[in-house]
This record gives sequence, C-alpha cells and structure tokens, in this order.
Amino acid sequence: MTKRQNRMVLVATLIAGAILAVTLLLQALESNANYFYSPTAVAEGKAPIGKSFRLGGLVVAGSFKRKDLKSTFDVTDNKNKFTVEYTGILPDLFREGQGIVTTGSLVGNLFVATEVLAKHDENYMPPEVADALEEAKK
Amino acid sequence: MWKWIQAFASPQNFYQTSAKIIPWLMMPFIALSLAGLYWGLVVSPADYQQGDSVRIMYVHVPAAWMSLFVYMVMAISGAIGLIWQIKLAHIVAKVSAPIGALFTLLALITGSIWGKPMWGTWWVWDARLTSELILLFLYLAYISLNNAFDNPKTASKASAILAIVGLVNIPIIYYSVEWWNSLHQGSSISATKISMQIDMFIALMLISFAFKFLYGALVLMRARDEVLVREQNSRWVKTLIEGKK
Repeated sequence: MTKRQNRMVLVATLIAGAILAVTLLLQALESNANYFYSPTAVAEGKAPIGKSFRLGGLVVAGSFKRKDLKSTFDVTDNKNKFTVEYTGILPDLFREGQGIVTTGSLVGNLFVATEVLAKHDENYMPPEVADALEEAKK
Repeated sequence: MWKWIQAFASPQNFYQTSAKIIPWLMMPFIALSLAGLYWGLVVSPADYQQGDSVRIMYVHVPAAWMSLFVYMVMAISGAIGLIWQIKLAHIVAKVSAPIGALFTLLALITGSIWGKPMWGTWWVWDARLTSELILLFLYLAYISLNNAFDNPKTASKASAILAIVGLVNIPIIYYSVEWWNSLHQGSSISATKISMQIDMFIALMLISFAFKFLYGALVLMRARDEVLVREQNSRWVKTLIEGKK
C-alpha cells in the first residue's frame, strides 16, 4: 500500500468508527430521544406515569372548553385520547385540530398540564388555499 | 484534470485566480438577495396559521441548510487535505469554520424568534434543536482545536480528524424530525414533495442560492488571506508585497 492509500484507509476507518459509535449510542437511547409520548404510548404504559412527562397529539375538535384561564381539551392520536387540564395562556397556534405538546402528569385519567406548546406542521400556504382545502373536504 | 487541480491548488495560482472569481460570486449574491427580499417580503403571501411570522423561514431555513452544507465542505476538504496532502484543502476547511458557525448561530437565533410566538417557547430540548446546537459546538471545537497548535500542519491534521468524526451529526440533524417525535416540524421540501405555496418556495430558493454564493465569496476572500499568511516567506509573496510599495 502506498502512503496515500494508507491515509485513505485511516479516514475510512475514522468515519466507520464514528458511525458505529453513534449507532450504538442511538440504539441505547432508543425512545428516550423522543420529545413527547403519544396518547397510545401512554395508554400502553410506556410513559413514566407518576412523574412529569410530555404528551403530544392533536386537539380534538369540539373538545375545547375555557373558563377564565382554566381550559380543558382532549388530545388524541386517533387511537387513544386523554383529557388535558391547563391553567395559563395558550400559544398563538393553539386551536382545535392543531398538534400540541404538553408537559404535566396524569392524575387518574386526567392530564394536569403545566405547559402547553403548539406544534406546527410542514405545510405552508396562504389563507385562501387553506379555505379552499377546507371547502373541498366538505 | 488532476494536473489542472494541482495547478489551481498551488498557492500562488490560487491567489491570482480567486481574485478574478470573487466578483462573479458577489454579483449573483447581491442580485439574488435583493430578489429574495422582494419575493419574501412583498410577493409571497402570509401563512394561513402563522401570519407574517412565516417570513422568518426565508432566513431560517437557508441558514440551517448552509450550516449543514458548510460543515460537509469543511469535513470533505479536511479529508482531501489529509489524504492527498493539498494545502489549499486544509485552508478551505479552516476558513469555512467561522462562516459555518455563524450560519448555525443565525439558524438557532431566527428559529428561537419564531418559536416564541408560534410554539410558545424560545427553546426546547427536542432532537432537532439539540443536534443543531451540537453542530454549533462542533464548529467552535474545530476553531479552538485549529488555534491550539503553533504548527499549521499539525493543526490542520488534528482538526480535519475532528471534522470527519463530527460528520455523523449531519444525518442526525437532517433525519431527527423523522426518527423521533420532535416539536420541530418535518421538512417541507423533499425530493418528492413540496408542501408550500409556490411563491414561498421561490423566495426560499432565492435566499438559499444567495447564501451559497455569499459563502463561496467569503471562503475565497478568507482563503486568500490565509494563503498570504502561510506563504509569507515564499518568493512570490515577497515580490507581491514589494511590488505594492
């Protein structure tokens, strides 16, 4: 092997080693790198119930009720759903049908939230197009 | 081809040729930026949910793309420098690092400004945001390591190895929104699908290309300086300086 080929092997080994190390690391992390649990994951007992955790899903249409700063709404992943209770100011993007991520803990079957964040999806469009899409659905 | 690369990569030739290339990178940068500003601020519509805040995307997304792109350039030139021992490749890697770090910082800051009104928070530790922050730290580590050695040869080698190892973070950043649940939304633009209105897409593309040209121009400018410093004892640099006196 020439010196240049030697160096090529060195660089290739470096890359392979780094990929291997990180793959193992990510395997070990598994779902711990997830930012939130879906309602189904919570129902299956995968979430650390009893501690504070994050629940993410869509706000069920028609479920939102508010009295002063206290609001309740249902969060679903279209399989399971949980009712969330939150006292405080909701973000601009919060609305029914919207994806949200909320931090809190389960008290019985009620999720008592300390924080509600709105999630945005990857679709960007002007209001007219959104209206037209809404019309087309009906 | 090989001979041509070697001839171009010789410090003296690079110094002369790059001076002619820089204006041809700066002009498209200026034209594309102006067009991008017009498209982003005037032509493109407000979003149905985000309103005018969507316009932050025209800086945020191109900056984030550049943060990945510059890193790849840095790591690949580092590898080329290591394997073929081309000085110019090491120089390109070295001068790219601060530019890449700035693009990363720009992406993080604009993202944060968007996050507060839209998500309701400046920062979360989800996979996308955390891996992008690690990228900033990788750039900073690269810069520090490169400055830690007195001998530029040792510095180039050590930092090239760091850049190559850090390359694994790039696919993690890109796929973080698919591999894990994250607060950050998925990609709007993929090879198969564009999930945004056409004028928004045009504005985004104009700024993205503007940033590419800006990077090209900045790399050449900074590489010229670096070449002069490293070759300060060679005859052509001395002649150049004496000629200017």
